[in-house]
Amino acid sequence: MLTHHSYLILSAILFSLGALGVLIRRNAIIIFMCIEMMLNSVNLAFVSLSKYLGNIDGQIFVFFIMTVAAAEAAVGLALMIAFYNNRESVEVEDLNVMKW
Amino acid sequence: METIAIPAVNLAAIMPETVLSVVGMILLLINVFLPTEKKAYLGYLSLIGIAVSLFYTMNGWGTPQEGFNGSVLLDNFSHFFNVIFLLCSALTILIADQYVQREECNHGELYPLILFATTGMMFMASGTDLMTIFLGLEVLSIALYILAGFARNNVKSNEAGLKYFLLGAFSTCFLLYGMALTYGATGTTKIAGIAQFIAQNSILSKNPILLVGMLLMAVGFSFKIAAAPFHMWTPDVYEGAPTPITAFMSAGPKAAGFAAFLRVFLVALPMFKAEWTSLLWALAVLTMTFGNITAIYQNNIKRMLAYSSIAHAGYALVGFVAANEVGVAGILFYLLSYTFMNLGAFAIIILVGKKGEPNNNVSDYAGLSVKHPALALAMSVFLFSLMGIPPTAGFVGKFYLFSGAIKSGYIWLAIIGVLNSAASVYYYLRVMVFMYMKAPEEDFAWLKVTPAFFVTVVIAIAGVLVLGVAPQYFLKLAQIAVMI
Repeated sequence: MLTHHSYLILSAILFSLGALGVLIRRNAIIIFMCIEMMLNSVNLAFVSLSKYLGNIDGQIFVFFIMTVAAAEAAVGLALMIAFYNNRESVEVEDLNVMKW
Repeated sequence: METIAIPAVNLAAIMPETVLSVVGMILLLINVFLPTEKKAYLGYLSLIGIAVSLFYTMNGWGTPQEGFNGSVLLDNFSHFFNVIFLLCSALTILIADQYVQREECNHGELYPLILFATTGMMFMASGTDLMTIFLGLEVLSIALYILAGFARNNVKSNEAGLKYFLLGAFSTCFLLYGMALTYGATGTTKIAGIAQFIAQNSILSKNPILLVGMLLMAVGFSFKIAAAPFHMWTPDVYEGAPTPITAFMSAGPKAAGFAAFLRVFLVALPMFKAEWTSLLWALAVLTMTFGNITAIYQNNIKRMLAYSSIAHAGYALVGFVAANEVGVAGILFYLLSYTFMNLGAFAIIILVGKKGEPNNNVSDYAGLSVKHPALALAMSVFLFSLMGIPPTAGFVGKFYLFSGAIKSGYIWLAIIGVLNSAASVYYYLRVMVFMYMKAPEEDFAWLKVTPAFFVTVVIAIAGVLVLGVAPQYFLKLAQIAVMI
């Protein structure tokens, strides 16, 4: 039996997996994919809560999150290309010009 | 089938933002037809846009405008913050031109991006719906990611942009998850609605979902204001980003983060005051102490100011913990004065820097007072203000923040704040020791004060001194503004 609880739990699992991925993966593009997964888990939470509450606000929020995620992807990939042009790498270990 | 009522459109509620974004879009079009050496005209045009926006902001003081079904509220609180943002972007634009020409990254997109970032900040301050706040935050952040990586042939700038992007997007996810949980617990994304719902259902104040939602939102906002332990991006991004952008980031977006943070926590979650004040107490102490202690070890002046900006976020958090009229008005006042002093200091850093900024170390300021006494004096005024020494704005701001904390009974917090402020004197004074007590090693022949820089430094000094000598008027405005 699928209740809204199941969706919320799934969303929490996806969110944690995404966060874990951001912390342990070393390639900027994969990190970015993990961030997208976290955003989508938020979308899932919003949609299921919206359905559960019978309130449309959550679904509208999802549209905004998707739009913003698309804009973020455009900017993020452009930044990675700029970095790749200079360092020939998108590994986060190579983000090491500045150190304290 | 639920129908969606089209809400009444009240353009007056978003007038300052509209002006800026329209001007920004027009500038993007003009940019296409402008040759590289004439990009500075875009800067002058954007200053006109900022002036018009400032006019609408000033004009609207005292008459709150609500619009878009209660998702935007242009009240005195957002007016006050709008002035900070507009000042910050105007001063940034004034100092940007010389820098981008020197560093050969004179792309015209700089000015529209600054305007868009300012639009985002304004929406963060005037948003009364979690959705508006999120959108404002993202408009700001996406523009800032590009701006941080603006010098695209410079590895440091690339790295700053990419780091800021990855960590910024990561923190936004936490903020969003917090918003989703808050929405789930209360059934609305309107800030006033959340407050009302919690007040009516007091059982909710024990609800773990709402508590976790609040914590996650606090994490997201703390990242934006660079509070420890969510500050790790700050030094690298501030060091690598083009210097005018560093100046912009350290003042404007921090203020915007505080605006949204304050509105969400003071208006929507006053029932959780006991929880979030103890959380913010710890954050404030950590932020101040960490920022100041690490700043002591820095040689690069941009990095030093980055750590000092972390410390300053900590001082402002002291006023947030106090959460009374004096403390919160103190935050507004402090952020305004911080804009003046920090942009002034960064303007001088840009002037002293050579191409590629190989000489950004504190020791490179040796003997500046011999060659350029006026600049050294101006830098000293800004540094005194950052230390918090009277009669500068920094002193008055800190005074109100700490007295707010004492008024609410947080004596220890105020003591830790004052001790921190004393520790910070060391690293600010070090710059002055180099400027005044060492013999010059260079002739500073490359240093050229253009009219734009002259105006910036004069405005900044005037701001620092006026706010420091006669703060009553501005403090009164801040106190009116915080009645949200």
